[in-house]
Amino acid sequence: MAAYIARRIGQALLVIWLAYTLVFLAVQLLPNDPVTIFLSADAAANPETIAAMKAQYGYDQPLLIQYFSQLAGLFRGDFGYSLASGQPVAERIGAVAGSTLVLASSAFVTAVVFAVLLVASATLARRTWLKRLIINLPPLFAAVPVFWLGLVLLQLLSIQLGVMSLFPDGSFASIAVPVLVLAVHVSAPIAQVLLKSVDNVYAQPFVDVLRAKGASPSWIFFRHTLKNAAAPAMTISGITVGTLLAGSVITETVFARSGLGQVVLQSVTAQDVALVQGLVLITATAFVVVNLVVDLLYPLLDPRILKSGTHGAPRALVA
Amino acid sequence: MSTIDSAPTLLDIRGLSIQYGTGDESVIAADHLDIALKTGEIVALVGESGSGKSTLAKAIIGLLPESAKVLGGTIDLAGDNLLNHSAKELEAIRGRRIGMVPQDPGASLDPVKTVGSQVSEVFRLHPQGRKRTKAELRREVLRLLELVGIDRPEQRLGQYPHELSGGLKQRVLIAIAFALEPELLIADEPTSALDVTVQQTVLEVFTKLARELGTAVIFVTHDLAVATDIADRIVVMQHGRIREDRPVREILHAPEDAYTQMLLTEATATGKGAQTTGPEGAIEMPAIEVRGLTKIYGNGKAERAAVDNVSFAVRPGTTFSLVGESGSGKSTTARMIMRLLEPSAGTVKIHGQDVTHVRGAGKRDLWRSLQLVYQNPDSALDPRYSVSRIISEPLENYKVGSRNERKIRVAELLDAVNLPSRMASLGAKELSGGQRQRVAIARALALGAKTLVLDEALSALDVLTQAQILALLEDLQVNQGLSYLFISHDLHVVERISHDVGVMRQGTLVEVGPASQVFGNPSSEYTKLLLDSNPGQLLREMANR
Repeated sequence: MAAYIARRIGQALLVIWLAYTLVFLAVQLLPNDPVTIFLSADAAANPETIAAMKAQYGYDQPLLIQYFSQLAGLFRGDFGYSLASGQPVAERIGAVAGSTLVLASSAFVTAVVFAVLLVASATLARRTWLKRLIINLPPLFAAVPVFWLGLVLLQLLSIQLGVMSLFPDGSFASIAVPVLVLAVHVSAPIAQVLLKSVDNVYAQPFVDVLRAKGASPSWIFFRHTLKNAAAPAMTISGITVGTLLAGSVITETVFARSGLGQVVLQSVTAQDVALVQGLVLITATAFVVVNLVVDLLYPLLDPRILKSGTHGAPRALVA
Repeated sequence: MSTIDSAPTLLDIRGLSIQYGTGDESVIAADHLDIALKTGEIVALVGESGSGKSTLAKAIIGLLPESAKVLGGTIDLAGDNLLNHSAKELEAIRGRRIGMVPQDPGASLDPVKTVGSQVSEVFRLHPQGRKRTKAELRREVLRLLELVGIDRPEQRLGQYPHELSGGLKQRVLIAIAFALEPELLIADEPTSALDVTVQQTVLEVFTKLARELGTAVIFVTHDLAVATDIADRIVVMQHGRIREDRPVREILHAPEDAYTQMLLTEATATGKGAQTTGPEGAIEMPAIEVRGLTKIYGNGKAERAAVDNVSFAVRPGTTFSLVGESGSGKSTTARMIMRLLEPSAGTVKIHGQDVTHVRGAGKRDLWRSLQLVYQNPDSALDPRYSVSRIISEPLENYKVGSRNERKIRVAELLDAVNLPSRMASLGAKELSGGQRQRVAIARALALGAKTLVLDEALSALDVLTQAQILALLEDLQVNQGLSYLFISHDLHVVERISHDVGVMRQGTLVEVGPASQVFGNPSSEYTKLLLDSNPGQLLREMANR
């Protein structure tokens, strides 16, 4: 077990380091250094200002030194300085990350609950037409764009019915509606994979044995099928972090919420390379951490994973 | 037996008809079946795949798939028609009054739950008026595990199914089935996935419990030998109908039905080892010769030899069989001979040529003369290809002949394996299991291979189909002078087809010799154990008479 955890953590760190290196290299591929790019919007920028700013943020150093000093900074939680505001990137992101985290994590939890409820009702539905109807919901959810659903709900709830403020006012609706919009979209792939995976479990002989024991359909689903079917759905949940963050940006814009989405928008329009760099790294780290958690949860679901994962020997010899 | 004769009728099935599917594609799987069981009686349902035996068994325990429809009839359990009960009421009957022992122990336990929780689940599902405490449950489970002869039961409680061998898993499933001492047990091919020595011990445990507890058993099997060993009565089924339903001794001594007679003839057919030792040709170059063949997996402490210093030779024009239980290394040996797997040590000679280290083009040349026929014809043929495309594929791969010549060759091969030429255009899915295996053999012969490695090539087939493929293999051997390396766990088939036999156990060859000698007068203890475990004691007594 310890070896499994250590290896997974090691792999996670490796991915983050690679992400940092790639972002660093990408910045070097830009036609100019970040300061020149940032100030290029300002037609009257004089070379002295540029040089002074470069010196201040360390962009005049040789590349290798920049690479390692920025890397060392990461360990201290120092992501450099936003060129637009002069604030530390970490502070700029930290100020709004909480709001996005609340939105994204609530949406994620809602999405998972959604997906499980949907699959449970599809599986346990007595009527075939009902089952068919439910099974076709996830593709529909996936097809509905986040911004469209957001705008429609906003139009309906705020403008037509007037039950919700157009701007976040701290009311329940102003947080619940954005969460719902995001959750619907994120739940689709989770539900689709879970449905497929549940189907595969039902094809296994042990389900017949459970029926022969006298277990009811809901007993079989909640006590056996779900745990067996969870692993692929968890993998997909880990990957939806990307969708979740991208969706957050859109949702925040539609509902005029402050959050990472806003910062992303501002930093890109202002060509604030240092801030973009920080945002990319934060996103990559979030992605890696969530997937690390998923990896560490697998063995709790399926005891066979440790057995086959930690040894180099073939699983079973065909004889 | 007399106690059973006077026992009351437990299960009474009358006029049961079951149909799969609807409209044009519907199939009648059970056709007006009548069958009755007395309390404590063990009845074997024997038949080939598609005979309706599993459908009948599933109908009794109420586990028919959704596509099945009961057209009529009654299933009375102690005078109570099960077909009148709702799904909810049946849940209360299953596990408590009717139990089931499934076919494939490997996949019949939930892989992510502990053994203990899966046994105690039966008690939690059927509290029968009183909720048991954790300690009580634990005691019950331990008692059951001991009852079915599981060693170290305390330790097993917390183990997961993958930590148990196939035989132990089946014992756990037997413990689950007997937990609430049901009146009736449905056992659906419970030992067909197990090795012969394991099969014997599991069957012993199972029948002993059934006899002690007075449980009536419906034992579904394709293996007449197993059926005669354990049952009081045998019911022979074919095409959804009951052909014959009589006590074991009677059916063995005087089978009335023609189909039953055929099954019995196949089950008691004697080996070729007894008749002939094959063409004399000891001086001739062996078709396959292996010396000191070894395959080691893992390294350091985890190192273990899957195949350990195995040497034998297959004489040209004869059949050499490698017999052994799962994990004995027989398939690994075959794959090394085929050069699909690198040997760790030893040499492989095919028709006198050392091929141990050939690679690339050399391997391709080797496969012209040496071909493999694999166990499961369903997965060994591309379901989207037509039969003619499957058979001509090796010719295309080796760029042999023109399009027309290949067409002629396919026709020749179809003829050689006794398939009508009109089948050339069919898809593999449209063929029966036996026809598919014929296609696989034709494909193996396409490039003119003189030696075939047959890896459990008959195991997935029904008895009568097996007999037909065996006859085909014998014809091809005589007509084309083919040599076979036959890999199998089925002693009955091996005895019939082989000139020479090698017995493998845990990677080593424990005995090699002519079939008549290995079967008639085995020298190793292990071979004796294998032969003793081979089901069909009654059948053999009869055949020797």
